[in-house]
Amino acid sequence: MFKRSDWSDQNVEVIIANLLRVGVIVSAAMVVIGGLMFLALHGFGAANYRVFKGEPSDLRQFHGIARAALALHGRGIIQLGLLFLIATPVARVAFAAFAFSIERDWLYVGISIFVLLVLLYSLLGSAI
Amino acid sequence: MNNLEFTLLVGLGSFTAGFLGALTGLGGGVVLVPLLTLIFKVDIRYAVGASLVSVIATSSGAAAAYLREGFSNIRIGMFLEIATTLGALFGAFLAAIVSTKAIGIVFGVVLLYSGLLSSRTTSDSADDKPADPLATRLGMNGVYPSLAGPKQYNVHRVPTGFSLMFGAGALSGLLGIGSGAVKVLAMDHAMGIPFKVSTTTSNFMIGVTAAASAGVYLSRGYIDPGLSMPVMLGVLAGSLTGARVLARTKTKQLRWIFGAVIVALGAEMIYGAITGKV
Repeated sequence: MFKRSDWSDQNVEVIIANLLRVGVIVSAAMVVIGGLMFLALHGFGAANYRVFKGEPSDLRQFHGIARAALALHGRGIIQLGLLFLIATPVARVAFAAFAFSIERDWLYVGISIFVLLVLLYSLLGSAI
Repeated sequence: MNNLEFTLLVGLGSFTAGFLGALTGLGGGVVLVPLLTLIFKVDIRYAVGASLVSVIATSSGAAAAYLREGFSNIRIGMFLEIATTLGALFGAFLAAIVSTKAIGIVFGVVLLYSGLLSSRTTSDSADDKPADPLATRLGMNGVYPSLAGPKQYNVHRVPTGFSLMFGAGALSGLLGIGSGAVKVLAMDHAMGIPFKVSTTTSNFMIGVTAAASAGVYLSRGYIDPGLSMPVMLGVLAGSLTGARVLARTKTKQLRWIFGAVIVALGAEMIYGAITGKV
């Protein structure tokens, strides 16, 4: 009863784990590169996070972040890396939905798609 | 303090937080926000934003290491993520309405609670009681590797676990933590899932839960790249190291030690919030 589903689940989990790992490595690499550029320019500037000002709009929205990163601003590149990181669990859920559909487990396809919609609502709903 | 010193010190502190978080399944965020606000004097909103990002890194980064051990259960995780993601959205909207002082106090209470829970002793063996029929229908019962070979476990009280998970999600969205403590509580205590399966499945779910509120946080300007950079990289490196040690560690002692640290931070956090220092 347990053996059959365990095998296919195990394979899916390995693929998902690799997907997550690649996502994390790529985003960490972007954060490191952006961080080095930021520190090279502002390393001796004062660090002050005591007072909350909120990020400027170009570090809050997809457009602005992409533009700041393309302009090779260190903080923009870090932020793009972070955005990429936030997207990895979303990709993971999307992949799980796909994998469950191969297993013809429609109940879990439905569950995965529902979770995916909640995630997309948060990410895209706030991008406007 | 200049940016270079700040980056190195925060990176070191984050490494430690990530290491302990991965070992206990409680996540790095739970000690990260107190560390940033109490020691580095960071505004709690920036701290929460950076923590949330690092929580995603922890979860995704350690998932590969955990999965190789064969502990986590993807079906339990995915089903409960319905509750955690909805809760996370709710929590993120709540964070915009309540004061930072209130967030500080709630945070402290959650720390105290997590600390006390993690020090409570439970037997680690799966029981032989019949599974919740709902769990069977959802295909949640599974097998995990133990020293004596593969061991079967049954899942109980699915509705209770599901409700607790909504709460876990709301706390995650409000406080920028993975709320692994509540997730482990729901799975370990309420649903009767073996501790190592609970912690690894919880770790797996945490990233998805955090992503559900991260979009909201980003657009609100809570996520600062200069602060998030050392936090995310430090926690990630720490959690990967922690996950490597996990399979070789006795869970009971570890929960005791980490529980004590968390209780101390919780008391400090509540004191700080009330006296206006956080």
